[in-house]
Amino acid sequence: MLKVENISKTFGAGTVNEKDAIDHLSIHLKPGEFVTIIGSNGAGKSTLLNCIAGVYNPDSGKIILDGKLITKKPEYKRSKAIGRVFQDPLKGTAFDMTIEENLAIAISKNRSHGLQRGITNADRDIFREKLSMLGMGLENRMKEKAKLLSGGQRQALTLFMAVITEPKLLLLDEHTAALDPAAAAKVLGLTDYFGNSDKLCTMMITHNMKAALEHGNRTILMQQGRIAMDISGEERDNMTVDSLVEKFAIQNDRMLL
Amino acid sequence: MMGMTAIFGALESGMIYAILALGVFLSFRTLKTPDLTVDGSVVTGAAASAMICTMGGNPIFALIASFIVGCGAGAITALLNIKLKIQPLLAGILVMLGLYSINLRIMAGRPNISLMDNSTIYMGLEGLLPEKYLHLILNAVILIFAIILFYFFLKTRMGFSLRATGDNEDMVRASGINSDLMKLIGLSLSNGFVGLAGGMLAQYQGFSDVTMGTGMVVIGLASVILGEALFGIKSLSRRLVSVSLGAILYRFAIAFALYIGMPAGDLKLVSALIVTVALAFGLLNESMTLNAMVKRRRKKNA
Repeated sequence: MLKVENISKTFGAGTVNEKDAIDHLSIHLKPGEFVTIIGSNGAGKSTLLNCIAGVYNPDSGKIILDGKLITKKPEYKRSKAIGRVFQDPLKGTAFDMTIEENLAIAISKNRSHGLQRGITNADRDIFREKLSMLGMGLENRMKEKAKLLSGGQRQALTLFMAVITEPKLLLLDEHTAALDPAAAAKVLGLTDYFGNSDKLCTMMITHNMKAALEHGNRTILMQQGRIAMDISGEERDNMTVDSLVEKFAIQNDRMLL
Repeated sequence: MMGMTAIFGALESGMIYAILALGVFLSFRTLKTPDLTVDGSVVTGAAASAMICTMGGNPIFALIASFIVGCGAGAITALLNIKLKIQPLLAGILVMLGLYSINLRIMAGRPNISLMDNSTIYMGLEGLLPEKYLHLILNAVILIFAIILFYFFLKTRMGFSLRATGDNEDMVRASGINSDLMKLIGLSLSNGFVGLAGGMLAQYQGFSDVTMGTGMVVIGLASVILGEALFGIKSLSRRLVSVSLGAILYRFAIAFALYIGMPAGDLKLVSALIVTVALAFGLLNESMTLNAMVKRRRKKNA
């Protein structure tokens, strides 16, 4: 489904701040795979996701999604097959628009953005029905502006918006990092619910190693722009946070929390 | 008390300025960019309208042309921003400056064109409507039409995309929408309405002047801010009407200032002060609208 082949990305090339964020990295994902990505700050996790999403283009290498070469496609075109949730809950919704208007934008992803009615009653019925699955009562608040929602509600809504058009790929960049533990658990639960589909590939960055091993079905560890470990199946089932720390001499306290 | 002529004048011109304010609303509120192109594009609209009328062209066609040249001006500002990565504010200033020369060229090098003897949209209706209310009715019809158009446009998928682009570009791109295209469309339409207002203004006041654009963007901003603060922003329709009423109110304030003897030259300073005070006091958020204040007071007393 997703093939990332030998991509590299250097920031500030030729300056004193030159940094190889991604260094000849390759990864293949099959449909139904849910990869959790761990690694310390600056390991290139976000850069990898941003290269796939098209926020910036890799300096070299190829990215193929669903059989189509997307390396040079602009971000908004790639988005049609990719759902994304950002770390910052403010980034996922248009704050001055209502919940249903936000959902209307999300559901129109693969439609033309012309002079059709922005939101139809048929859309509203779908929204109401599906929002109730989130279990947050948002189905009764559809005319409220997104800025009135809490961080957890916003991330849940963004996650829901990301999967509403059934994308091929779901990219989650520490989407629970800014939430309190209860909200984070709720959003992670929803992530499992939406992410564990055999038609979808999911990539989830997390700072929490425990969560990385508990969620999804494959885990990679990134170091200095490369994949230092890639485990799945039995090997992953037997992996513990302690053995990970031992194996990779991880000194980042934040990852252990 | 102000004379009837002054009141009618404020109301009539206020409706034209309301169209300009709606244009400014689109860039300032929807795209969240204060667009200085307005000072130039309003004159471009007026110049095009005046020239077509003096050449004996159809005055309605002249207004359509005003709209189109306004769109063109907005498109250039948007392209400077999108393609050359020039900040929106600076892009607007550059286009505004360049338009001065272009406007002068459109007006065949004359700084001022009089329309006294030429046909305008108003003349075409003489005899059909009572003369006293002719300007009022025609301006009102065009304004209402513009408000309705705005309302339905902002409720379309494209309208949603436009509004979201102003709110959150990251989210828009992640939703498969070309945010650059939305900025182009938004700024074009915004200046299109500004150009239309300029074209109407030229036909209404009977002349086009190359310097008439100075401070127009501030007038537009003042109308948007005052209107929203005084008349509320609860729904989109309410908001559009509020902005229009803001523009009309603003003309009344000007008429009143002139009535009490303020020199006409001081008006721009007053405009600047109004906008400054409004911005400083944060008359921008919902809690500051008159409506919300009344509600709060009621709650307190209850």
